[in-house]
Amino acid sequence: MTLPFRQHLAALRLLAVLTLVLGVGYPFAVMAVGRLVPDRADGSLVRVDGRVVGSRLIGQEFAGDQWFQPRPSVAGDGYDPMASGASNLGPQNPDLLVTVKERKAAIAARDGVPESAIPPDAVTASGSGLDPDISPAYARLQVDRVAAARGLEPAQVTALVEDHIAGPDLGFLGAAHVNVLELNLALLTLPGQGA
Amino acid sequence: MSEAAAAWLQAGLLVVLLAAAHVPLGEYLARVFTDPRHLRVERLVYRAAGVDPDADQRWSVYLRSLLAFSAVSVLVLYALLRLQDHLPLSLGRAGVPADGAWNTAVSFVTNTNWQWYSGESTMGHLVQMAGLAVQNFASAAVGLAVAIALVRGLARSRTDRVGSFWVDLVRGIGRVLLPLAFVAAVVLLVGGVVQNLAGPHEITTLAGGTQTMVGGPVASQEAIKDLGTNGGGFFNANSAHPFENPTAWTNLLEIFLLLVIPFSLPRTLGRMVGDIRQGWAITAVMGSLWAGAVWVATWAEMTGAGAVPVAAGGAMEGKEVRFGEAASALFAASTTATSTGSVNSFHDSFTGLGGGVTLLNIMLGEVTPGGVGAGLYGMLVLAVLAVFLAGLMVGRTPEYLGKKIGRHEVTLVALYVLTMPTLLLLGAALTAGIPALRDASVLNPGPHGLSEVLYAYASTANNNGSAFAGFGADTVYQNVALGLTMLAGRFVPIVLVLALAGRLAAQTPVPVGPGSLPTHRPVFVGLLAFVVVVVAGLTFFPALALGPVAEALL
Repeated sequence: MTLPFRQHLAALRLLAVLTLVLGVGYPFAVMAVGRLVPDRADGSLVRVDGRVVGSRLIGQEFAGDQWFQPRPSVAGDGYDPMASGASNLGPQNPDLLVTVKERKAAIAARDGVPESAIPPDAVTASGSGLDPDISPAYARLQVDRVAAARGLEPAQVTALVEDHIAGPDLGFLGAAHVNVLELNLALLTLPGQGA
Repeated sequence: MSEAAAAWLQAGLLVVLLAAAHVPLGEYLARVFTDPRHLRVERLVYRAAGVDPDADQRWSVYLRSLLAFSAVSVLVLYALLRLQDHLPLSLGRAGVPADGAWNTAVSFVTNTNWQWYSGESTMGHLVQMAGLAVQNFASAAVGLAVAIALVRGLARSRTDRVGSFWVDLVRGIGRVLLPLAFVAAVVLLVGGVVQNLAGPHEITTLAGGTQTMVGGPVASQEAIKDLGTNGGGFFNANSAHPFENPTAWTNLLEIFLLLVIPFSLPRTLGRMVGDIRQGWAITAVMGSLWAGAVWVATWAEMTGAGAVPVAAGGAMEGKEVRFGEAASALFAASTTATSTGSVNSFHDSFTGLGGGVTLLNIMLGEVTPGGVGAGLYGMLVLAVLAVFLAGLMVGRTPEYLGKKIGRHEVTLVALYVLTMPTLLLLGAALTAGIPALRDASVLNPGPHGLSEVLYAYASTANNNGSAFAGFGADTVYQNVALGLTMLAGRFVPIVLVLALAGRLAAQTPVPVGPGSLPTHRPVFVGLLAFVVVVVAGLTFFPALALGPVAEALL
């Protein structure tokens, strides 16, 4: 056998071994460990009356003023996990500039707040298109609208929002955020709001 | 706490973790690659592969083994991608088209992980696990092997042998990458990264809409994606996807993973050449340039200049709320400084300055600290160039770590330094200059469009893999051309580095004398940092001026 032939044959045999160990053994070993924390390994699913209504980690759309609204999403038609991703429009992009201004005007009208009070996450699309969170500022801004639509006292809803502010981890990792699905689920636990 | 203070603490904690890890890991790496014994399980692997683990190879044989392994890897991965509809766990996905399969096969074998496709809609679970993730391990170990061979070239003398590629590859995977990746995968799993075999399935949302949930063996792939400075996301949104990177602390862990081996390797160098101070000097250059990039990018994103960020009140387009601007900038600067290319936020929507930093990081040649192995050998090539330049300035005979830098060595270094810019500028010029190609791929108007093209070719020529993702990469031309760029950008430098290793190993060391330039002192650290910046700066200044610089000034 010539040297090049032997080298390629050795490479092929080694790759076969590596594929078995790294491509099958390794992921299945991690999967076995995952059975110890099935909630996490299976996607942190949220159930209501035994029915899966989403994942704590994946944002979803909420139609109607009675719900806290998530960020704009460009994943498919919005919050589509089959098409995660961002707009990839640049900081000077004229179309994006128009979109941001339109979103701002729409929120100002919807929530009856001045445009200057609207935080940046409310008018920008996230990186994943599946961002489950909004900033505390955007959550607080929506309190009056949600309370009115549900016939609740704003103070009750404000208390829920403040309860659901999480992060930054350790006080300095990442940023403070409010999980929209969990906040909306909590709304249903208020008196007279049964799901 | 103010946001600025939090940003400093976050970066500070990362530095502390890296500082704590790099000595033990660097020492461990040195032991792994100098250990005369083989583990029993390794002997089994060598027997299965039919290689003699005790055969010390000449550089040319080492290179041929490496190229044979990489060629076989490309072919096998190409076949897996083309045939995925006939494989189990394909989730009903079609075989990948020829141009896309070529691009992806090359992309993962070259440690680039450039992705023209969207993972959740293109790849089945088996291809992700047994195709892409296997190359995440193997390509990182290949980079590690080349770095170790070069270090042996510096450390050894009067020999024509630089080690065994097969042994370096198997040990790099078995003793370093696999155990670390397993631990990291388990920690990520606890943090919420998914690990299952679920296919897409529909659920009814709280408000009564429908949503298609996804799953997959993500944690296992995520760990090696970052640890091996690969960067190819399981999902299209990569580390911005909550299933890949659910919390701010998994985010910090992922940044740590992508930096930890590159920052440990200088210690390995110091140990193997018998002078720890030489490793410190290299770490100092890598660390200061990385820190500078983090600082500028963080400042730029938190300040939020530009028409869109100003209108929105902050640079949050393409960023996740749980990370915010600072953790996004920290990730971006680190992923582009390490040839990783995973992203937790989309660089295309960064401010002009912040996006410019990511592009410049890549253009520096991926040496601050660079990819696994590739960062060290890239930096050592520049160190040789730096001593040569210093020698010219003061009339000393240039030498590095006791090895003379003669005409032959400098020729190899010069070819290395010219390879990446040639590929980058040639490729970018073709796409930017030919209207049909430009119109097919450039999404954003004005200087930002040029930045997208430059970024695509910088990313592939340097085996980074991140993108200004507005660039329309999924055309037959771009798939083929970017594939060729990745291939040449990886293997031409490797040929030159291994040739250099062989050349250095054969030398008789020159004793250190009063005429020797000390390469562990601050003067040399400054000189090397200067060389890194000037080589890239002079090469790319005209292109940068027309792209991100013009944009930042608009």
